[in-house]
Amino acid sequence: MKDSENELSKHYTIASADFSRAGQVSTQIKELLQEIGITSSIIRRAVIATYEAEMNVVMYAEEAELFLTVNPEKIHIRIEDKGQGITDINLAMQEGFSTATDEMREMGFGAGMGLPNIKRNADKFNISSIPGKGTSVDIIFCLNQRENY
Amino acid sequence: MSLYFHSIHIDTDKCDGRMKCLRTCPTQAIRIRDRKAKIIEEKCIDCGECISVCPNDAIVPLTDPFGELSKFKHTVAIPSPPLYAQFGREILPDKILAGLKELGFDDALDLAPICGEVSFAIQEYLREYKGPKPLISIACPTVVRLIQVKYPDLIDLTIPIDLPREIASREIKKKKSKELGLKEKDIGTFYLTPCPAKMISIRQPAEKGKSHLDGAISITDIYGPLLTAMEGIEKGSYRESLENICILGIGWAMDGGICRTLRLKNSLSVSGLPEVLSVFDDIERGKLRNIDFIEAYSCPQGCVGGSLTVENLYISYNKIVQLIDTLQYEKIKACPDIREVRKLYKKKYFLLEGKFEPRPLIPLDKDLTKAIKKRKEKEDIYVSLPKIDCGICGSPTCLTFAEDVVMGKAKSTDCIFSFPKKFSALSQEMLELLDKSYFKERGKHEP
Repeated sequence: MKDSENELSKHYTIASADFSRAGQVSTQIKELLQEIGITSSIIRRAVIATYEAEMNVVMYAEEAELFLTVNPEKIHIRIEDKGQGITDINLAMQEGFSTATDEMREMGFGAGMGLPNIKRNADKFNISSIPGKGTSVDIIFCLNQRENY
Repeated sequence: MSLYFHSIHIDTDKCDGRMKCLRTCPTQAIRIRDRKAKIIEEKCIDCGECISVCPNDAIVPLTDPFGELSKFKHTVAIPSPPLYAQFGREILPDKILAGLKELGFDDALDLAPICGEVSFAIQEYLREYKGPKPLISIACPTVVRLIQVKYPDLIDLTIPIDLPREIASREIKKKKSKELGLKEKDIGTFYLTPCPAKMISIRQPAEKGKSHLDGAISITDIYGPLLTAMEGIEKGSYRESLENICILGIGWAMDGGICRTLRLKNSLSVSGLPEVLSVFDDIERGKLRNIDFIEAYSCPQGCVGGSLTVENLYISYNKIVQLIDTLQYEKIKACPDIREVRKLYKKKYFLLEGKFEPRPLIPLDKDLTKAIKKRKEKEDIYVSLPKIDCGICGSPTCLTFAEDVVMGKAKSTDCIFSFPKKFSALSQEMLELLDKSYFKERGKHEP
């Protein structure tokens, strides 16, 4: 991926089953967005959405790449994972639906709120999946009504 | 006139740029320039970490000297509960209060009962509150500033119940001015503070124009004189002041004290800045929505760990726990009347005056397009740096150095690791020059 003049691109790797590091990417993204002066309400939504996506990778996928691009119009976060994929996306998007194991639930995850929560916080959301191969999620935040400090 | 008032001041005569503060500052607010430490005002949250680590005592808290007392017709000392943990077990709060009067204050007010009332007010607020959670205590001014600077979106979770010291000062001024026939401004109230952060919250409150308090005196400054003053007091002559000591309020001195004395089940307490940061990150990620209340203190073990206290923080933590036991044993009034508190609560007696506003860090540029460009430049510079955070350039980390360069506050050549490269380039140039002149010379003599 090549940067255009007004665009900032970053690439992160999220490891599977690494619960102790989960959340680091969302924190790094938060700091980056603060540095360039994105308004805090958008940052908050971006952090929650990224964290939920990170947790999904940690819990269900084998590994994932996260691509962040920011330009004056939008923040685009794309997560491409390799893993089991999702057979029924409509079902996965329902609140309360989860395939989490008991261990995950014991840790406070697996309430079936992850994907719906990402969608709720994003301005635009897209998900596609190939069962047995992996899932891609696009999360977009629009900045056109942005307020800069 | 600078925008923010800070309680921390650097004595440039004493500072010789030894970088302890540079490495310790949790918000990277310090730079060394020309071998002297400098504080970047908008980044400083007044935690006082730099004060404790400076080997030259060059970083000094700006607290008030004793002399300020003479400006007022009537003076009241308001000790923070950690003061009670600074002395041996046999010295109870009543004796300390008597000692303060002996020192020259006209009155000494025990803050613990008001802390207890405020604990109850917090309980009331938690009971009625229906919004997003967890709610966060505002007891620690450094935590409040941390939220304003680094977690502005958590501001709405702070509890708008005023601090015990502010309520105490407001009320005692009203009461004493009536009793003594004085104007409120003739009554001076002085907080005996365990940390420099409370000093700023008095000089420049985060939420309102002016504090009800007139000054803050550090516990370290008053400790010696107070110890001497207490020696002269006979036991029994001060007994009555112990009647009002409130166990609920003494808990305010330590990490977890509010949760513990209120017996809040679904709450948590965190102390020490790195730990506070990790808990706040979790709140931002939406992980702690099931917790009702969070107590957070910048100093380890809570206010007993303040940088202006005398006693070792683990010992003083233990002393507070013991004091609560002792008072329970002596059957001292454990808590204020909850019905009274509820009445006052309804009258908005405890409500915070004003509101905390976000104070987000200044972005790389006000214009988003330029900010993005600068962020990319920063990244490019950072990649070329050694990433060992040696601090020799005067910035605390390679990353902050990259930012300083982009912002025009440092030169990329300030990095000591760029010297060999520069040197090799220069020597290459020199060799070439030598070569040229050599051949020129040869050319002259041997055609």
